[in-house]
Amino acid sequence: MQKYSVFSLIKNAFKGHKDWEVAWKDPTPKSEYDVIIIGGGGHGLATAYYLAKEHNITKVAIIEKGWIGGGNVGRNTTIIRSNYMHDENGLFSEFGMDLWRNMSQDLNFNVMFSPRGIINLAHSDAQMNVYSRRGNSMRLNGIDAVLLNREEVRKIIPMADFSENVRFPIFGGLMQPSAGTARHDAVAWGYARQADSMGVDIIQNCEVIGFDISNGKILGIRTSKGNIKAKKIGLCVAGSTNILAEKLNMELPIETHLLQACVSEPIKPILDNVVTFGAGHFYCSQSDKGEMVMGGDLDGYNSYAQRGNLPTLQHVLTEGIAMFPFLSKLKMLRTWGGIMDMSMDGSPIIDKTHIEGLYLNCGWCYGGFKATPASGWTFAHTIAQDRPHELNEGYSLNRFSTGHLIDEKGLGTKTWIS
Amino acid sequence: MLYIKCPHCGLRPQTEFSYGGDATVKRPELNKEVSDQDWDNFVYLRKSPRGKHLELWQHISGCRQWIKVERDTLTHEIFTTLKANENI
Repeated sequence: MQKYSVFSLIKNAFKGHKDWEVAWKDPTPKSEYDVIIIGGGGHGLATAYYLAKEHNITKVAIIEKGWIGGGNVGRNTTIIRSNYMHDENGLFSEFGMDLWRNMSQDLNFNVMFSPRGIINLAHSDAQMNVYSRRGNSMRLNGIDAVLLNREEVRKIIPMADFSENVRFPIFGGLMQPSAGTARHDAVAWGYARQADSMGVDIIQNCEVIGFDISNGKILGIRTSKGNIKAKKIGLCVAGSTNILAEKLNMELPIETHLLQACVSEPIKPILDNVVTFGAGHFYCSQSDKGEMVMGGDLDGYNSYAQRGNLPTLQHVLTEGIAMFPFLSKLKMLRTWGGIMDMSMDGSPIIDKTHIEGLYLNCGWCYGGFKATPASGWTFAHTIAQDRPHELNEGYSLNRFSTGHLIDEKGLGTKTWIS
Repeated sequence: MLYIKCPHCGLRPQTEFSYGGDATVKRPELNKEVSDQDWDNFVYLRKSPRGKHLELWQHISGCRQWIKVERDTLTHEIFTTLKANENI
């Protein structure tokens, strides 16, 4: 594989950029693989990469219905953080933070990881107490957390509404300085390029039609490009998990819902952190191009539409304007929607299933992007070793029936209100 | 904007309603032996189909009645609406 560097850039510039190698090939599927990963999104591509890199399993295919990176890894708001209270979520995400910090070097692809810090605003004394508890839990797990008072927040984001007579005054906030953002598409492309170079077949425009199962063992898949055999198959299909589960006669603790995001017209640099509104559900950062990147609540009813509805967007942006009044002057550039695999406790599932050789990676709700490297790393381990790694032991499929839920928000099973 | 025909009040915008989830889920009957699996099915497991979905909505800013709505989860087309105690 051709290494990307300033020297290769200069060399190719002299040749008119006509001799670059393709970043990944377009192979026809073989009849059999050691492992098939269904879903060519961030998690699927990362899984294939870590299967090859960490476990030396390179006879791997990624089967993608559309094109790689065309789902949620291309539709998110690029936020990376590990500001969780529960041990399972905190330790898993913090492991991921280490992978993020080294990702550009590891993949030889600039993923533009920008640890600019995230601030969760608090709007009451009670919320400050909750945040100090969460911050302390984070620090016990080795995650950086700083509790900010009103004046400290004002120094960082003076453009927020600090007037006295607002409905939700800013009391302070919880900051994770090491959190940040990354270039989402580059993450998919970087993993794809490295996986391809180690022998993984990336098969796009190939839909999974069914599964071949005999005596409780997986034998292979049926696709629009023919049947493919494999003893181990991993599902990484996020919002399409329920559709494939139906083909497997499985019911899962997951519902599929729609989340919207949007960007404003580009403006000069004003916001150099990620900031979330604490009295509702709104988050905001500024992209390198200058757009304000914003998101918030789910549309609120089961949906596979991949496009949103205006009342939710209006509601979310009303919260945004309450936090940052200057947003009201901006024109909207783009809005879009993605379908989320909302689990019943808000935490993901990375586990084996009752079918031997079938592995499940789903339930990321709307926190899937930041989990991309850790999810791929632990899922690769789960598939290769046929048992979960200690980092994803808690993300078991049977925790719902055994009562070991990881309910970070304490919202219960109403997935559409989270 | 979805427009939902409340069986009690007529056609109203979605913003008057609150969502209540899958209407096909049945609570295990009282005073009967209920297995863990039955509880699991009721509390956690969902089909979440792509296509026709029978779901509960509450007309919270109107008559406050719970209703059933049959809606397509891909196109958002609404086929039928029913009172909560009616079945398709």
